Amino acid sequence: MELSGSEIIIQFLKDEGVKHLFGYPGGAVLHIYDALQKQDDVMHILVRHEQGATHAADGYARATGKPGVCLVTSGPGATNAVTGIATAYMDSIPLVVLTGQVPSHAIGSDAFQEVDAVGVTRPCVKHNFLVKDLTKLAETLKKAFYVATTGRPGPVVVDIPKDITAPHIKIPYVYPKKIEMRSYNPTSKGHPRQIKRAVDLLLSAKRPIIYSGGGIIMGEASAELRQFVRKLGYPITQTLMGLGAFPGTDPQFIGMLGMHGTYEANMAMHECDVLLCIGARFDDRITGVISKFCPYAQVIHVDVDPASISKTIIADVPIVGGAKQVLTEMIKVLDKTEKEVDSNALEAWWKTIAAWQSQDSFAYDKNSDLIQPQAAVEELYRVTNGDAYITSDVGQHQMFAAQFYPFDEPRRWINSGGLGTMGFGLPAAMGVKLAFPDKDVACITGEGSIQMCIQELSTCLQYDTPVKIINLNNRYLGMVRQWQEFFYEKRYSHVYMDSLPDFVKLAEAYGHVGIQVDKPGDLHDAMKEAFKLKDRTVFLDIITDREANVYPMISAGKAHNEMDISPLQQQKQASLKAEGELV
Amino acid sequence: MRHIVSLLVENESGALSRISGLFSARGYNIESLTVATTEDPTLSRMTIITTGSDRIIEQITKQLNKLVDVVKLQDVTEGNFIEREIMFVKVKAEGESQRAEVHRLSEIFRARIIDVTDTTFCIELTGSGDKLEAYIRAMHENNIIEVVRSGSMAILRGEKALTL
Ligand SMILES: Cc1ncc(C[n+]2csc(CCOP(=O)(O)OP(=O)(O)O)c2C)c(N)n1
Ligand SMILES: [Mg+2]
Repeated sequence: MELSGSEIIIQFLKDEGVKHLFGYPGGAVLHIYDALQKQDDVMHILVRHEQGATHAADGYARATGKPGVCLVTSGPGATNAVTGIATAYMDSIPLVVLTGQVPSHAIGSDAFQEVDAVGVTRPCVKHNFLVKDLTKLAETLKKAFYVATTGRPGPVVVDIPKDITAPHIKIPYVYPKKIEMRSYNPTSKGHPRQIKRAVDLLLSAKRPIIYSGGGIIMGEASAELRQFVRKLGYPITQTLMGLGAFPGTDPQFIGMLGMHGTYEANMAMHECDVLLCIGARFDDRITGVISKFCPYAQVIHVDVDPASISKTIIADVPIVGGAKQVLTEMIKVLDKTEKEVDSNALEAWWKTIAAWQSQDSFAYDKNSDLIQPQAAVEELYRVTNGDAYITSDVGQHQMFAAQFYPFDEPRRWINSGGLGTMGFGLPAAMGVKLAFPDKDVACITGEGSIQMCIQELSTCLQYDTPVKIINLNNRYLGMVRQWQEFFYEKRYSHVYMDSLPDFVKLAEAYGHVGIQVDKPGDLHDAMKEAFKLKDRTVFLDIITDREANVYPMISAGKAHNEMDISPLQQQKQASLKAEGELV
Repeated sequence: MRHIVSLLVENESGALSRISGLFSARGYNIESLTVATTEDPTLSRMTIITTGSDRIIEQITKQLNKLVDVVKLQDVTEGNFIEREIMFVKVKAEGESQRAEVHRLSEIFRARIIDVTDTTFCIELTGSGDKLEAYIRAMHENNIIEVVRSGSMAILRGEKALTL
């Protein structure tokens, strides 16, 4: 088969099984768009901003486990994509981003719309390529998909000069089924002796805890994690990125940990004597201040990326390997070993945890005249039977979503954890809905974040992706306001969202349905209505309590057991103490 | 601690900036970095001299290994190794006594004079960084016109080698 560079790209995507391509055309990719137009196996989604393309592809990847694919033009197309690439990089999401480049002979001449895309993206990609030779195009694309999806996944950029895609230059094409790279051989199998040591250590624990993260989801290890944790009967906490890997409604799950985690999860981290960290990386939002982190614990750390191990927290038992493979081996070892769980110690440990749980660290005012953001998320949970795909933006609403929508399945909770990118939620939801048209998809957002990629409402109409936007509208850049309240004596500096648009009219202008609610009593019906409109994108503008805060909170320099807790929890603590239930 | 890390790297245009970018992005020190192709034209060999605590060095080697362009890596300082650097020094050499003095010094250090004019000498010197520095110190500061140093290269003694 003789194909032009552009045809090779499209044919390769088909051969690779790519169904959706998120993109935006421009001069440097005109040849590719011409080839794209002549086929309909690969569906192109025309976004309204290249950032939207990357987030949509990212949402698609997180929900499906398949790589997300984007196509953007050179110069501004590539730079607009950078935020989305960095977002995917921080959360280890497999993306392949094809960027057009000025013709090879013009590279370096400051040509029109020239930017060194390989240079600009280098610090935020797993790897990138500049295609210099048409005969290497197919192989390079294969390498890009291979690198993006294996080991610790991540985004890969392929920069393609315009001349490489010229329609009149044709070469033979064969789909490169397999690729070998001498410089890239990700390990997936953990060391058997280390695995044995880890299981031994876990079984000798009196106050064990399992702390898992996004690596379980990326590594498709949810089933193995469930089996392992249930066999042990130990408490498990999960990171923001890991939610859903272990069911959020299971009694062994003691909530998310970290800066806005549950009281019990953070206290248990502080007091534990053996910590199994699997598929997580001891991020600073998790650890709090390192010097006070898990002072009594021996640490087992399982990660597919050797560089994650002992980076911030030194592992006593390091295991390099994929979560799925390592957990499978751990289960085998556990089944064979004669040693048993110390059930007396475990019972006492669960009692301690139950006492922490009884303080109800997420308590909020349920009798308020104002809609509490937590109540809105709980209502969403009820109306969707806890079975929706939820994307989110960044801010208080994101934390409320993570706290009040327990996920029982992996890949349902889709948010920008590592980079914390406002604007992620709506395009990501679009990507998810394209992958799962029959599922409920909601984007929990704030009036600040939604405006960062609001133009994608237009894309939602064009490609018929009826997502529900749950706008927790507090008229504040709420998370920033919260920090200013706590740490800057309420000096609210530039966090008031003045002159907000009328979101209902805005939704209507984009051809969608807009609904506003401002009374707690109307919340249920509005939410029901939004989801009844199966084939419409609905913008639910929920006017919430402006001053609601996210609790608990670990502030800078604090340890897990030094959380700021809510006024309601403080009252509860006091009354429990008075009753002698708490020591 | 000072470490010498040797790398075999794909001979690709972006490889060097990926590696130097890693050091600057993560705030690691680079004392010197040398790179040239090997007998296999698809591979470059790089020698990086860096300093840091054991933990930092561990991170540096892990992060380097993670780069897709890095084929193989070796911390030479963990073994018994030979380290050399080459230096060119251009010095003023005007008048008999000054010229004699340069000759004398060069002999002591086993340096070679590789270029001569009426007013200058160019000297080549190979050795450890310490030796090169000692030479510069010994040479009167005012006499030095130009110094070019290659940065260190290193190789393990014995049979162990960094090859594919
Ligand atoms: C692109 C970007 N810019 C700035 C920030 C810093 N930031 C974090 S949360 C936040 C406020 C978000 O406001 P909103 O979307 O209304 O959510 P809320 O906290 O009010 O729920 C800001 C500005 C960010 N995370 N991302
Ligand atoms: Mg807000």
